[in-house]
Amino acid sequence: MDITVNILLTIATAATPLLIAAIGELVVERSGVLNLGVEGMMIMGAVGGFGAGYLTGSPWLGLLAAIVMGAVFSLLFAVMTLSLATNQVATGLSLTLLGLGLSGMIGTSFVGQPGVRLPNLDIPGLSSIPVVGKLLFGQDPVFYISIALTAAVMWFLFKTRTGLTLRSIGDSHASAHALGIKVIRYRYLSVIFGGACAGLAGGHLSLVYTPQWVENMTAGRGWIALALVVFASWRPWRVLAGAYIFGAVWIGQLHAQAFGIPVPSQMLSSLPYLATVVVLVLISRNKRLTMMNTPASLGQPFVPDR
Amino acid sequence: MSANHDGANLLEVRGLTKIFGTLTACDHIDLNIAKGEIHALLGENGAGKSTLVKMLFGSLEPNSGEIFWNGQAVRITSPGAAKKLGIGMVFQHFSLFEALTAAENIALSLDDGSPISSIAAKARALSYSYGLPLDPDSLVGDLSVGERQRIEIIRCLLQTPQLIILDEPTSVLTPQEADKLFETLERLRAEGKSILYISHRLEEVKRICDRATVLRHGKVVGHCNPREETAASLARMMVGNEVQAVVRAPVEGIETAQPLLEIRNLSRKPATPFSIPLKAISLNVRAGEVIGIAGVAGNGQGEFFESVSGEVSQQDATSVRIRGKDAGGLTITGRRLLGAAFVPEERLGHGAAPRMKLSENLLLSRHATDGKAFVGTGGMVKSGAVYAASQRIIEAMDVRKSAPDPEAAALSGGNLQKFIVGRELDRRPSVMVVNQPTWGVDAGAAAHIRQALIELSRSGSAVLVISQDLDELFEISDAIAVMHNGELSKPMPIAEATFEKVGLLMGGAEPGHAEHTLETA
Repeated sequence: MDITVNILLTIATAATPLLIAAIGELVVERSGVLNLGVEGMMIMGAVGGFGAGYLTGSPWLGLLAAIVMGAVFSLLFAVMTLSLATNQVATGLSLTLLGLGLSGMIGTSFVGQPGVRLPNLDIPGLSSIPVVGKLLFGQDPVFYISIALTAAVMWFLFKTRTGLTLRSIGDSHASAHALGIKVIRYRYLSVIFGGACAGLAGGHLSLVYTPQWVENMTAGRGWIALALVVFASWRPWRVLAGAYIFGAVWIGQLHAQAFGIPVPSQMLSSLPYLATVVVLVLISRNKRLTMMNTPASLGQPFVPDR
Repeated sequence: MSANHDGANLLEVRGLTKIFGTLTACDHIDLNIAKGEIHALLGENGAGKSTLVKMLFGSLEPNSGEIFWNGQAVRITSPGAAKKLGIGMVFQHFSLFEALTAAENIALSLDDGSPISSIAAKARALSYSYGLPLDPDSLVGDLSVGERQRIEIIRCLLQTPQLIILDEPTSVLTPQEADKLFETLERLRAEGKSILYISHRLEEVKRICDRATVLRHGKVVGHCNPREETAASLARMMVGNEVQAVVRAPVEGIETAQPLLEIRNLSRKPATPFSIPLKAISLNVRAGEVIGIAGVAGNGQGEFFESVSGEVSQQDATSVRIRGKDAGGLTITGRRLLGAAFVPEERLGHGAAPRMKLSENLLLSRHATDGKAFVGTGGMVKSGAVYAASQRIIEAMDVRKSAPDPEAAALSGGNLQKFIVGRELDRRPSVMVVNQPTWGVDAGAAAHIRQALIELSRSGSAVLVISQDLDELFEISDAIAVMHNGELSKPMPIAEATFEKVGLLMGGAEPGHAEHTLETA
């Protein structure tokens, strides 16, 4: 029983950074901006979070630093693509490359140093419920944030007027501009929100998942988060489902490898990707719904004529 | 002209100027709009109408000039500021969000924070009171163009504007839908609201407008009472000289002529949730005739053109036959090699590659059919021959340009269209399929293109023209078929066709019930 609970706990820990980064990118893409720099913003968050935690001794300050780092780094992308109308794909890719290099440089002195870990937050009373209590109410703080964030983004996008405006910009920035909506301002805020989320996800890696600094420690999670958004057809609850499927199969195949199942390890390592894609493709079979949720102006630069 | 200070003017514009680079789009425009009048703004495409209204609605900032609202000087810095003053606008393009519902679309333009459900209820009530029924929960992507315009109008009226700007409102409507719109406009005028009505359709301007201001090349060239003018005199003011009438000689012995383009039972499933399925379309176009396809935009014309041109090939090879050969399975190049030529609706990015020179665009579409002339041994392009051919087309079609061989995007829409049509005509194709041949082209150039299409058919080719412009189709077609909801009616010989008959078919009425429906209009 304990083993099962522990496995389930690790699944949540593996899924949390993916979920947070993907939810942030979902908001960005809903506003019509494609930021391929998630990986770069995430690794900057990881190094910033670790550094601040290591230097001050406070994991909470570390988490805050991770968020700020991601947001500031995304601002670079926002200025380039929104104010200077550069190509979003190229700018996003260079943001990732820059982030990977810069974080390695910043983190040289952190390699091999012991980090600080965010303590688990046991919710009194509830966390002592057998099995479920430990799973749902005895997790690290970022886990609660990720779930609350998903719910909040869902509510914001589909229940508030501001969320409607954001979606309308993603559908057609020219129409939105014609109505007098401040397209660029909304997009700036979305990109910064996405950056903060990616930073937080990176902070989770270096402050909770493996509390230390290793170069390239995001290991492609930013790219998975990007893919999740698309395969989840820009819908928050599907992103949540995708992140957890990925996390579950990931942990599952690690255990399978440990048991020595006679399947090539490369095969097993590819399973999480395969399973996530298959499941998300299956649930987005409704072409009409997918079309409706796809931001039509995604990736197109917008230059208002004055 | 002298400014009017008797207080009856709702809006006065003095010396409004807008310069884009080297082009003066609006040059010291003066305009007065009185309370409770329908004021027409007339002009060719590119005369500066859109630029002017964008400045009035705050989407563009004027370089100089003044705007007075109820006698007060105002600066309209954003669409929000225009709305606050009481200016509403019904756009023709880019202003609805397809993936959102009608109510959500309306909510986006209202600044109050009231919930969507109450906005939906208000919109429904208002729409029924004006006789423009609207379902607020429907998805815009599913609606016809006429229904979308209703959303725009209701959205505008919910803001209780004093001045409503309508930009080319009838260009996408059936004649019956347009009648309904005119009733609404007259009712709004009776309520004391002012309307600025932008159009290049002279008959409807004569019918509903009290005064008109005519623009040409960014300048006001005249004010008039359209009811006292004739369509010809208004056209003369707009164009600056007489527009040559298109001549269509009757064809002899067409019954026995060979069909060069045969479409048999052409069906197609919708490619996207918002596109139209084609339902068993059959049509023959014979040597020597022009067949026109009328229809409200978005009834499957785009899908039909893609299928006929080979942009999308068919399973059934016999569904499209060109010069007696099965072409349904062929690509666009394969069909061109059989002697067909195609002009798509969208000029930039479809009919021409925007950032490539005209000569390069010529080579792109004709490298296969004119392989011998344009491509030498080893696949080397004979750029001299291509350039000479492009200059020949430019001369034949009177394409106005700023450089010897400019990029396609550097040409104005009308001139690029002349080049694209000329590029295909230059081949003397035996089958020519054109979608919206003169959309956005000024009257003189349009007459030129129409005459060229007629002459091509009379020299023994089959010409198929898809257009939303009924005047155009009546001018050039020997028979008119109507496309509605993916179905094509039988071609009606031009001698039997009337605007009413075609209009009813465009609205989806069965031909047999025509008289009955007319009663209520």
